This record gives sequence, structure tokens and C-alpha cells, in this order.
Amino acid sequence: MAASEQKIQKKKITVSPLKKFFRRLRRYPTTFIGISIVIIFLLIAAFGPLIAPYHYSQQDLLQRLQPPSDEHIFGTDQFGRDIFSRILVGSRDVLLIAGSGTALAVFSGLLLGLFSGYIGGLFDEIVMRIMDVILSIPPLLLAMVILFALGPSRLNVVIVVGFLYIPMVARVVRSVVLELKTRQFVEAARLRGETRLYVLYKEILPNVLPHLAVEASMRFSYSIFLVASLGFLGLGVQPPSPDWGLMVGEARTWFYQAQWVLFFPAGAIATLVVGVGFMSDGLRRMLLPGGVTDDG
Amino acid sequence: MMDNGKVLDVDNLTVTYMTEKGPLDVVRSVSLQIAPGEIYGLVGESGSGKTTLARAVVRYLPSNGKITGGTVSLSGTDLSTRSQKEIRGIWGSRMTMVHQDPNAAINPSMMIGEQIAEMTRTHMGLSRKESRERALEMLNKVRMPDPESVARRYAHQLSGGMLQRVLIATAMATNPEFIIMDEPTTALDVTTEAVILDLIHELMDEYNTAILFITHNLGVIARICDRIGVLYAGEIMEEGPIHDVFKARLHPYTRGLLGCVPRVDANKKEISLSAIPGYIPRPDELPEGCIFGPRCELVEAACREARPPVVSVGPDHLSACRRHEILRDRSEKADETREETIGDELGHIVLEARNIKKYFPFSGGLGSIWQRRRSELKAVDDISVRMRSSFTMGIVGESGCGKTTLARCIAGLEEATAGEIELEGQLLDYSVNKRPRAILQKIQMVFQNPDASLNPQHPAGDSVARPLILLRNMDRKQVREKVAELFKAVSLPADYIDRLPHELSGGEKQRVAIARAFAADPALMICDEPISSLDVSVQASLMNLLAELQDKSKTSYLFISHDLAAVRHISDWIAVVYLGRLWEIGSAEDVFIPPYHPYTEALLSAIPIPDPDIRQDRIRLKGSVPSSLNIPPGCRFHTRCPRKVGEICETTEPPWQDMADGHRICCHIPLEELKELQGDGLLKTAGLRGNN
Amino acid sequence: MGPYLIRRFGFILLTLFLASLIIFSITQFLPGDIAQVILGQFATEAAIANLREELGLNDPLHMQYLNWAGNFIRGDWGDSLVSRTPVRPIVTQRLVNSAMLAGLALLIYVPLGIILGVIAALKRDKLPDQLITGVSMAFVGLPEFVSGLLLISFLAIGLGWFPANSSIDPDSTFLESLPYLILPAITVSLTGLGYIARMTRSGTIDVLRADYVRAAELKGLSGRSVLIRHVLRNSLLPTVTVVAMGIGWLLGGLIVTEAVYGYPGLGRLLVYGIQRQDLPIIQAGSMIVVAVYSLSNLAADILYGLLNPRIRVGK
Repeated sequence: MAASEQKIQKKKITVSPLKKFFRRLRRYPTTFIGISIVIIFLLIAAFGPLIAPYHYSQQDLLQRLQPPSDEHIFGTDQFGRDIFSRILVGSRDVLLIAGSGTALAVFSGLLLGLFSGYIGGLFDEIVMRIMDVILSIPPLLLAMVILFALGPSRLNVVIVVGFLYIPMVARVVRSVVLELKTRQFVEAARLRGETRLYVLYKEILPNVLPHLAVEASMRFSYSIFLVASLGFLGLGVQPPSPDWGLMVGEARTWFYQAQWVLFFPAGAIATLVVGVGFMSDGLRRMLLPGGVTDDG
Repeated sequence: MMDNGKVLDVDNLTVTYMTEKGPLDVVRSVSLQIAPGEIYGLVGESGSGKTTLARAVVRYLPSNGKITGGTVSLSGTDLSTRSQKEIRGIWGSRMTMVHQDPNAAINPSMMIGEQIAEMTRTHMGLSRKESRERALEMLNKVRMPDPESVARRYAHQLSGGMLQRVLIATAMATNPEFIIMDEPTTALDVTTEAVILDLIHELMDEYNTAILFITHNLGVIARICDRIGVLYAGEIMEEGPIHDVFKARLHPYTRGLLGCVPRVDANKKEISLSAIPGYIPRPDELPEGCIFGPRCELVEAACREARPPVVSVGPDHLSACRRHEILRDRSEKADETREETIGDELGHIVLEARNIKKYFPFSGGLGSIWQRRRSELKAVDDISVRMRSSFTMGIVGESGCGKTTLARCIAGLEEATAGEIELEGQLLDYSVNKRPRAILQKIQMVFQNPDASLNPQHPAGDSVARPLILLRNMDRKQVREKVAELFKAVSLPADYIDRLPHELSGGEKQRVAIARAFAADPALMICDEPISSLDVSVQASLMNLLAELQDKSKTSYLFISHDLAAVRHISDWIAVVYLGRLWEIGSAEDVFIPPYHPYTEALLSAIPIPDPDIRQDRIRLKGSVPSSLNIPPGCRFHTRCPRKVGEICETTEPPWQDMADGHRICCHIPLEELKELQGDGLLKTAGLRGNN
Repeated sequence: MGPYLIRRFGFILLTLFLASLIIFSITQFLPGDIAQVILGQFATEAAIANLREELGLNDPLHMQYLNWAGNFIRGDWGDSLVSRTPVRPIVTQRLVNSAMLAGLALLIYVPLGIILGVIAALKRDKLPDQLITGVSMAFVGLPEFVSGLLLISFLAIGLGWFPANSSIDPDSTFLESLPYLILPAITVSLTGLGYIARMTRSGTIDVLRADYVRAAELKGLSGRSVLIRHVLRNSLLPTVTVVAMGIGWLLGGLIVTEAVYGYPGLGRLLVYGIQRQDLPIIQAGSMIVVAVYSLSNLAADILYGLLNPRIRVGK
């Protein structure tokens, strides 16, 4: 009897998850905007280069610094290159570099955080002190100095981004692991003699993943920010690459004559970063309801 | 509105929440009156709507809640029509509130005295100096030791009991007509609870305030209330003077609740608790007719058709049951007595723990890292227990006494500092990580917090299956069959196997946890407060389940709890722990009859017994448990002992005194003298209940 | 709190030591030979060898490090490879400039961020909150060079309210340079503003949910009294730490902003140093930035301890 009652109850509770998802989206318009922006940029990165009307490095010195027109809808730059095409192609660069950098940071940070939190003791102490030291250097400064040593290249930018954000990810993962470790389901696992690896992989990891997803999306937005800033300073990806930050940096010289050269790539960066930021905030609200709202 | 001499007059009150599914009536047509100087006890389980009712009464509902019917009036002032601004003027001056968790209800960054004083400045127009004096006066009123220094302290420097005194002092500072006390003692230890209840009682004798006392604990109500209202799923089922309701019990739900509370004069061998079947309905799925109908054993066709009216069943006594006459005839429902299936024969020795010690290195605060001398927190300091098969050892004590640490040392989750743990004759390693599978299989554990004891990402069935695979080497098919069998054994429907923990209620989660522990087929099961976070009716059904399972499996339980009545019910033997050491051990019957240790005596006299006729001796403990970092010399209990004999208690450790049947007490006072001092004791008085 | 401070200070020294190791070893990766860089492409072998000897480049690495670190502590930060003048006056002067800019930015964004965060928390999920959280999220994500260039084009070029370029004269006083500081300060502020507003909002929402705030309301205190004495007193406490954590971002933001406006601060000096491979400048500049960051965190910890009764008065 009680069982059948329960069944009815359950049916009533579970509205289709998709519906629930959209209901939540409606409540938080910024999340919806963020997700839409990210999807659009992913589509641009996937198909953009195919529809780009010009080659990104095709120069046309007779058409230098042309304002937006039918031929060049975003205008041309100081070498007469089509800005629209460069932005389309550049989207792939941004997403790839920031994306792989984030992936590197998230993966290494996950491993470090998991083991540091779970094993504890001296290992934890050493790892966390190293993380503290890395964190005690402002990220952009550290990125500049490392790139100075390694030399600017796409791969090095990826490495730098990956390296810089490891401590943040590791800290978040570690704190979640430390909290989970004291939960009784982990103790129950120990009581039945599960191996440490099983506990880590099957009991702890699945509960870390939602936190990791939120952290990863946030890191992704900061990565785009960082890659663009490095490009702007001329310390990141080098010309003639259509890196958005680099485009803005180069365009600064012609700022007074041709502001579109600067606006379109700057706008693209701003839209993407803000979009990813909105999305990650939405992820946090959905995956970690009532959770900690710490970032930085 | 007519002034009928009542302070609070709630008339036909309905409270509605606007939710995603539409409006939900959480409280429906509730009426109650409280006279000056009266303490009205409102009892209900979680989901009964008691918090919503309280918040509606003070007009402090969340933004989606609204009073959609009826009125609330305070000494003739209709609160339900007042503007928010007018209500603010009434809050704190004419009605105040004492909150549940004293730790959370006091501002951590404001001095205690100021938190009382600010209210008197707002409502009584006192000057700064006057208000400070008023705060001191109130702290004195609630018998706060050293009020002047307490007034200058912050919340984190005071114990829970002291903070609760502060809340009471605050609530009374402006001489309000009406105070709501929302579970004011739930977060406290039983001994502190008793002290606070005494205090409330004394203060009410002095003042003429009306009090709405909300709790889930019938024993607390029996001790201090004048009237009781039983709330179920948003409606009042029975209401009346405390003696009439507790004696006549003219609603099946009242009977059900009282039947769920373990008695202090009988245990599982004699009676099984009468748990209420089913669940409290949610406000959007109320049954037709009587809302208690689906769970009621007296239900008949007419009950299912229309909501039964609330009828007068005695002077001032109301019941919402159509069949209250039948209940009256049945007078007291006989407890279900068990057939003598639970054997008394001595089994083989399962666990022998000798001289267990667990010291934690302690660094107090951030600075002490530089201190040369590191102090040690002696959580468990030399405790020995022995358990036989199919036997339950109950361990009781206040929070922080070391009972949980002892259990965790035996389980190997904490590594003991010293001592020997022997399981079925085999000496065990301190750490669970080093114990072989065969040993692991024999010790399992059920934990306190059902929310944390199951992995939120694993379906319930997987949690139960894992020990079968790991410890009993079953193949897939066997595992599936055994899981189904275990779910059946803990009375969970088979389709729960695939559910995730968040789809289960607290009691159901705990059943899964019990199934998981039994999956290993253990010889010893450690139950660490397995029922304390659950509602009474769920507690009762879980205790019955544990008793049943033990009967079948012959497993031994180490049952840890601060609830003496529950321990009395489920245990064969009881060990009393204080500050990391045993003070009394003996069979459950013996421990509850004098002579007992003065500490046991204090614990027993503090048990809230749901019977207003029982007069318990008032043995109250002073202050709070000393820190385990700084254990008093001599007898560790001497700082709080109500029967301290003299200097010997402060200097010399007391000896163990043996009585018949293995009952032992560790005290300086000779047994004969103790017996004389303690007279007939609690059990004798409680025994009267059976003769009624 | 005394021993705690000693410990924290010890940790800062350790951090500075490790950071100096990192900075020193990274600069060793430098492509090419420093002596060659200094003397230019056409220097003779002998001249290069002489200079290497003079600079101690032939010593073992740890000796080079000890040498460098020892000199650094003693206040000898070396000569710039480009201008051939001592590094210390350059760095300190730039530090002062950056401090002016950072100070002005902090004055703008900390109070504003707190106010916006508190408003958002009080109007949770209503329009003001949605606006504030949306805008602050956008601000957090907007790189300084984007917001800076937008501000220049609207407020400087478009409306002509502020100078577009902030390459101030080193000798000018604070008041003289103030107009040049405003735009860059606003630019650096945006990120911090968003960050502080968000953190204040979430902290305040937590406190608003606390039992003691409900208790205070039910005491019938005035709304203002509840807000100031019970809510803000507790919710603004962590903001001290939040501000300190944001300093790292502020320093990063300064580097980019100074580049955008051509403002002669420490960040711009570092970018120049890197572009021209001016090792002593990079080393000294980085060390100073790390030191400033660590000290500001320490200051925040002390302040937090002083304000929080849980730490100030023990059990």
C-alpha cells in the first residue's frame, strides 16, 4: 500500500528534466544568454573558416583601413585584411588555446587536488604550499615572465594557461575531497575493505564532478581573458595570427582613424568572455544549489 | 474582535504557500487559545506544519506564504489585518520568540548584553545605561552565573545551555504578553534540557506570560505544558488539558505517537513499539475524508468520505476523530507484548575490548603551533566492554563524552592509542585498513546522519550490493537475489533498489544503511545514534526493525545514543560514559534501579517521560561538561556531582564496586548509602503507570 | 594573535624566497647570452668574455643566485641593461605611480562594489539584483584593454572629458596628474567592482538567511538597525579578505591598463622590460609586485583578525 502511494508521489515529482531545465533557464535570463553565446561561438569556430569570405592573412594594400561595407562587412585592417574573416578564423584559435589550457589545468588540478586531499599528510602539505607560492604571484605577471622565458608561441601560451590555473582547480577539488572524506559513505566503504583507489574513483570522484564542471567553466572564461590580454600586450600569440587580443593590440595605432579595426575583435572577446561567465554562473546555480559561492 | 481573556486567540487559521504547483494549504482551519500564564504545547512531526503555524501566528511568513483564512489576535488586537509596520512594533514588545538553535540565533559579532539591551531601548524607551542594567537584571533572572562578565562576552565563548538562557532572557526582557518557544531544547543535551525546562517552569510561575511551546518531544510537553495540541499534516487532531489528553488519548494519532515512545520500564523483550504505518501526507496529496485515515487502524468507510468534525470529547477537550468513543472504551491500548522468542541464554563472546584509549593531539587555536607542550585531548580514556552474540550493549552519555570515539576505535575508523580489541577471540589491528577481509565482514556500522551515509550518486541497491560482492564473493545473480531479500528484510519495496538517495526519506535512507550493514552478515554491528535525527514514529519502526533483525541473525549491537529511553528499550546491557570513562555498567533493568551512579541518576531524572503523572526526582547537574583537555583530578565527575561527599572525590579516583549479576558502579559512595539516598528511584514511580 | 602573525610573516618570507627562486631561474631560460644582449651583435669575443666575468656569469648558478639575492636585499638591484642606470630609482618611482592609480581604483571600487552587492542581496532575484549581478558578471569578464579602449573612445575622444593618454610627467604632483588618472582608475575598477559586488552579495545573502537575523527582526528592531547592526556587521567582515584576494587581479589589471593608457607605472615598466629583455628590471619589478601582493594579504588577515571577535577574543 505504502509502496503504491510512493510510486504515485514519485511520478508527480519528476517533471521531465528537460522541462525543468527550461523552467530554470527562464528564471535566470543571464544563464540563457550565456549558453546561447557559447553555442554560437562554438558554431562559428566549427564552421566559421568555411564561410569566411577571404583568407585571414590575405593582404590588399589598396584596401587598407576601409570602413565596414558590403564587401568587407567589418571593414579592413592596416594591411587591408578582411576583419570579419580574421574574427571567424580567430574564434577557433581562442577556443582551442583557452580550451586546451583550461583542460590541462583542470586535469592536472583534479589529480593533484584528489590525491592531495585524499592522501593528506606530508604530500598534501608540500603540494599545497607549492600551490600557495604560485598563487602568491599575480597570474598575469607570472604568465608574462614564463612566456618571456619560454618564448611566445601557441603551445607555450597553452602551457602557461594550464600551469597558472592548476592551483585554483586543485584547491577547489581538495576542499571538496576533504569534506567528502568525512562523509559516512566513505567510512562505510572503508569498513567493507574497499581499496583506496576504489574509494577515490567510485565514491569520491563522482561527487567532485559537479564542482569540477563549475570550476572548469569559470577557468575557461578566465583563460580567454588571459589569452586575450597576453595577445594584446604582444606577449602571447604572435602575428600574423588572427588572435583577437593581438588584433586589438595592433589596431591601437590606428585607433583615431579606424575604430572598427579595434571594435570588432574587442567586441568578440567581450561577448565570448561574458557569455562563458554567464554560463558558468548558471552551471553553478544548477549543479551546486546552495553551494559555496567562492571564486577568484 | 471580542476580548475573551485569552492572550492568543487563533481562530480557524489557514496558511497558504504559493508554489510552482499552485497554492498549497499547509495549515488548515486551526483554532487555539492560550490564557495568561498558560503553556500550550504544540506537538507534531516534521511536515506537520508546526513551524508554518508559528510563523503565521507572529506574522513572519516567507514572501510566498499568506494567511488565507481566519484570524490571529493578541489580547484583542487582530494581528492578521495589521500593516507590516504595526507588526514590527508588536514584535519584541508584546510578543517574542525563543529559537531552536541557540548557536545560530545569537549574533556572533555583538556582545551578549547588547543583544538584550537593544530590544529594551527600542520598545521600552530606556537609555543606554538603563538598558544595560536591564540586560544584567534579565541575565540574573535566568540564573546566569556571573552575568556581568557574560554580558561582555560573545556567543562563541558560551555553551549551548548558557546561550539558550540568553535567548530566554532576551525574550522576557520587555515583559511581553506572549512568547513562542520553537523547539527551545532540541539542540541541547538531555541534562541541559532538564535544567532549561526547570528554568522556564519557574519563570512562568513568576510571570503571567502565555507561551506557545512547539516541540516534537511528547516527554518535554508532559513535563512543562498545561495544554497540548497535536498537529498532523496541518490540522489539529486533538487538543485539551495535558492530563486528559495523555490519559484518554481520544485520537488514534495521539495514541500512535505515544505508542512510539520507548518506555523506561520495559524493553524490546517485553514489548515492541507500536509504530504508525505509512507516511505523513504532503499538503498537495491529502487523502479524501480524514487525513489520518490511510494510516489509522480504526478507519471505516465513513472516515474516507468526509473530513470528520472536531468534536468536544470532554471539558475543554477536542478530538477530530469520528470514533473517539471506541477509543475511550479501549482506554489504554495494551502494549504489544512479545512472545518470548528473544532468548536469554548466554551466547559466545563476540567482542572483548580491553582498556581502550584514544588520545588526540590537540593544538588549540592558531597560536599553539608554537607551543612547546602539546596538549592531548583524551576522548576515550581506558574503557573496557565485553559483548556476547545476539546481545545489545547500549552506550549512553552526553555529547562529547567519548561514546562515538569508542565506537569508531572498535570499528577501526579511528586508530586507538592503546588497548586491545578482540573479536571472537582474535586480536584486531587498530586500523581498519590493516584488518583482513574476514574480520571486516564481521564488523559493520550504521551511522547517525542518514543524508551522509549513502553516496548521493549511487542507487540504493548498489550501496547494498557492494559488501556482498566484496566480502561474500557472490556472483551477479546471487547478489541480485540477496539485495532483493535484504530490501524485503528492511521493509522497503523492491523498486527502491534503483532509487537514488535524494528520492528517499530520512527513515528510508536509514533502512538502506541497515540493509547495507546486514549485507555483510556481521557478528557485531555498531549503531552510532542511528535514530536520533528522525521523527518519533520513524524511530519506533527502526527500533522494531533492529530488534527483529537481531532476533533472526543473532548479530550483536553496540548501540550508541544520548536517548536513554531508546537505549533502555533496545539494550540488554547499558554502559554509562562520562569524560572518556565508564562509570556504571550492568543489565538494562539494573541500571535503571537504585543504586545507581550519581551521574546515571542525573541522566535518568532528566529523561523527558511522556506521562504528566510521573514525578521525577530533580537531580540537576551544574554547569557543562569540562573539556577533555583538562580532565578534573580525582573523580572526573566531582565538579558536577550532586552527591559529592568531600575532598576524597577531588583527590582520589573512585573504586569499582560490584553488585550481583555483573552490575558495577565506580563511585566513592558505598552502595548501601547510594541506595538509601536514591530511595525508590525512577523505575518504581514509572511502574505506577502500568497500574493505572 | 602574536604567534600567528609571526607564522604568517614567516610564510611570506618563504614565499618571497621561493618566488625569487622561480623568477631567477625563469630568467635563466632567456634565449641568448646576456653579455651578448648588452653589448649588441657586433661586440668582440673578448669584450663579451670580459663582461661575462664582470657580471659573474661564469660562476655556478647557485652562486649567481646568492649574489643576486644578496645584492637585492642590500638594495642594489643592478643597472638596467637598456638605459644603463640603476634599477632601484626607476622601479620605486614607477611603484609610486602604480600605487597612486591602484589607490584611486580601490577608493572607487571597494565602496561601490559593497553598496551594489548589499543592494543586490536585499533585492534578491528582483530586477535590481538581476541588473547588478548581470552587469557585475559582465564587468568581471571584460578584459581591461577592451573596457579601457571603450572608455577612451566614448569619454575621451567622443566627449572629450578626459585626456586619452595618461603618460604623465614624472615630476608632476598628484593633483596635477589626477585628471590623467581618472580614466585608467575607472578601467581597473570595473573588474574589481564586479568581483566585490558578487562576493558581497553572496556573503550578505548567507547572513540574511541566518537565524540571528530572523531573531533580530522578530525583536522588532527598526529595519535600519537590523541591517547595520546584525546583517552588515557580519556580512562585510569577509569582504576584507575578498578585497585582499582581489589585489592579485588588480595588479594584473594594472599591467594591461597601464599599457592601454601609456601610464608610466610598474606594469608598463615590466612589459617594456620583457619586450627589451631587460633582466634586472624584470627581476626587481616582479619581486616588488610579489612583495606588495603578499603584504596586502597579510594586512587583510590582520584586519580581519582585529574585526572578528571569534579571533580577537578566544574561548
